[in-house]
Amino acid sequence: MKKTCIKLLLVIMAFSLVALAGCSNSDNSSSSNGSKSKKQVTITYWQYTFPAKVSEIKNLIQKFEAENPNITVVAQDFPYDQYNQKVAAAMHAGKGPDILNLYYGWLPQYVKQNYLQPIPKDLLTTSEIESYFVPMIKASKINGKYYTLPIAVRSLALFYNKDMFKKAGLDPNSPPKTWNELIQDAKKMTKRDANGKLQQEGFAWDVNGQGYHAFEEVLLRQWGIEPFSKDGKKVQWNTSHGLNAFTYWINMEKKEKVGEPNFLTDYNTAFKAGKAGIIIDGSFDIAAIRDAAKFNWGVTTLPVREVGGLESNFGSYWTNGIAKGVTGEKLAASDKFIKFLISAETQKEWLKNVGEIPAAVSFANDKTISNDPIYGPFVQGLKNSHATFFVDEAKERDSMSSQIDKILLNNESIDKTFNSLIKEQQQIRDDYFQNN
Amino acid sequence: MIKSTIEKSRKIHPLKLKTKQTLVAYSFLTIPLLFFLCIRIFPTLYSFSMSFSPQYGVGFTVENYQKLFKDHFFWQAVWNTLKYVIITVPIQMALGLLLALAIKRIQHFRWFYRMIYFLPYITSIVAVSWVWRLMFDPNTGFLNAFFGILHIPPQNWLSDPKEALLCISTVMIWQSMGFSMLIFMAGLEGIPKHLYEAAQIDGAGKGKMFWKITLPLLNPTIVFLAVTGVIQALQTFTQIQNLTAGSGSNAGGPLHCTISIVVYMYQNAFQDFNMQYASAVAVVLFIFILLVTLLQLRVLNKNIEY
Repeated sequence: MKKTCIKLLLVIMAFSLVALAGCSNSDNSSSSNGSKSKKQVTITYWQYTFPAKVSEIKNLIQKFEAENPNITVVAQDFPYDQYNQKVAAAMHAGKGPDILNLYYGWLPQYVKQNYLQPIPKDLLTTSEIESYFVPMIKASKINGKYYTLPIAVRSLALFYNKDMFKKAGLDPNSPPKTWNELIQDAKKMTKRDANGKLQQEGFAWDVNGQGYHAFEEVLLRQWGIEPFSKDGKKVQWNTSHGLNAFTYWINMEKKEKVGEPNFLTDYNTAFKAGKAGIIIDGSFDIAAIRDAAKFNWGVTTLPVREVGGLESNFGSYWTNGIAKGVTGEKLAASDKFIKFLISAETQKEWLKNVGEIPAAVSFANDKTISNDPIYGPFVQGLKNSHATFFVDEAKERDSMSSQIDKILLNNESIDKTFNSLIKEQQQIRDDYFQNN
Repeated sequence: MIKSTIEKSRKIHPLKLKTKQTLVAYSFLTIPLLFFLCIRIFPTLYSFSMSFSPQYGVGFTVENYQKLFKDHFFWQAVWNTLKYVIITVPIQMALGLLLALAIKRIQHFRWFYRMIYFLPYITSIVAVSWVWRLMFDPNTGFLNAFFGILHIPPQNWLSDPKEALLCISTVMIWQSMGFSMLIFMAGLEGIPKHLYEAAQIDGAGKGKMFWKITLPLLNPTIVFLAVTGVIQALQTFTQIQNLTAGSGSNAGGPLHCTISIVVYMYQNAFQDFNMQYASAVAVVLFIFILLVTLLQLRVLNKNIEY
């Protein structure tokens, strides 16, 4: 009896050992790699699944590994919708990557959650960072420190469908220059059936895509308002000009009915399908539109309020940081990889294959980029770009889109909703700075 | 080798066959038990303890619960979840019973109807939700095209705060009524035929037979379906996520009118990174489900004997 019991216990222990070994599989594999050649270091790089970037990173890693034979970089990517959850879950479990690619707007949250360590001084000092990159990246300075570095930056421009312009009797070579012209052109291209259902939209008006950026950084500024105070603590649209800009923006949809936010799921799908005349989008979509669009299209700079008026743009970027807790050889390898990623050579290749504009200030006067008919408008837009300092990008966007839904779906008044929107946006900022 | 050791041990301590079998059974049960402890029990306890921790730092706090009871969105999520339960459970059971009774009357191709109505239940919820999402599309969807033929004005379906919750409930009902039907069919088979014969001899009508024999004898089936249905409705997530999230907007929209407790918990944990607050939401949901289930078992579980 005793012996059987012992045997049973042994069996159970053996099974649980197997199970435990299964759990800690990843650690084992990396240590066995280490024993093969003593200096071999493996680092992991996480990004979200954006096809052009995923394949470009793969190429870059090959090049990097050829230059640094003792470093292996494992790149992993996850769908955009799940990216933040994946990071949160992995970081809390201590199984996160060594280098993370993240949207600059998420940075305050990532830093607050302790996911990142500041960029090591021996990689680049704060002043070196500021002289190497375009001024826009100052939006990711938190408490005087940089935690991440970008390869490229993006700005917005108008994409327009030349075939739709022609069919509506518009000149396909003179896209709208002012917002009023945009509305007039869009109205001519909007088609509905007898039941009032949208069949084709002139302008893909939306909030969640690039729409709310265009409102905060373009329309507000053109209506004479600096959207947030310099320290990022105060929402500053609480004026009659702010209300005017907001009303003008909302009325493109509510009064002029030039398009619908959810038509054909979203603005860029509608455009690619040839069912939207004009969209506001970033340079990162050039490759996708080039592949999908079966019509003639063009790109032009964002509209102004009146001819000769203030030009403004929204700049943004994805950026790379080293995870907290990465030390020793792994940290040295991560430093090297980031240095490789931000090099001028990588940036140039990134423009060619991904379509994002180099983040280094030295490219600002590169004529081959600024004279390109497709990239040109984006480069031009970059000069007047402002990267919003978000404290919680997801929450700020959600607040904006729910408040606007109140107007569009529940027919609530624009002024009243505007006030509650400002209150909510201010609250998000207050909550963030209170806890920091 | 094992054989020989067993034989040796038998010589020293003869083991009864029954004891041996029990030991083997226990050893087989241990592994799933270990698994269950690691995967279910430990995370549950961990989540309990996390709900009493502050978001930053360590220590014991009831802050999360205090915040929860004042949280307007949480109560909206609770109210919506109750609406899902109240709308979906009775309707999916009623339709399931109707289908079961109808199929029972059919002589030919019974298997065919059974399959057709059960098919939605075994189809992936994600796939089903996306097909419905396309049908609900206000501009290009099938439903509005159909309404157009009948000269009914187009509806906004999922983008209308007044209709969205009903749309999601419809998808849930459509999908789970097949399951109710199957269970009811089994329940109907279990009712002795002689009761109906006796009732017929006594001159009872069809309606009377249904209310006095069929329905009372289906009680255990009804209890089972009600309990599982309510738990399922309280945990609704997949349909809401797939019907309302995407292209930059969060699940549970428009205007939080379709958000459920689980969706709210998920958003707190994985979008706001507040695991502690999300754990508090999970604990409240756990208590809800426990209470509702106990209540249902009390109220619905009457023994009926004939």
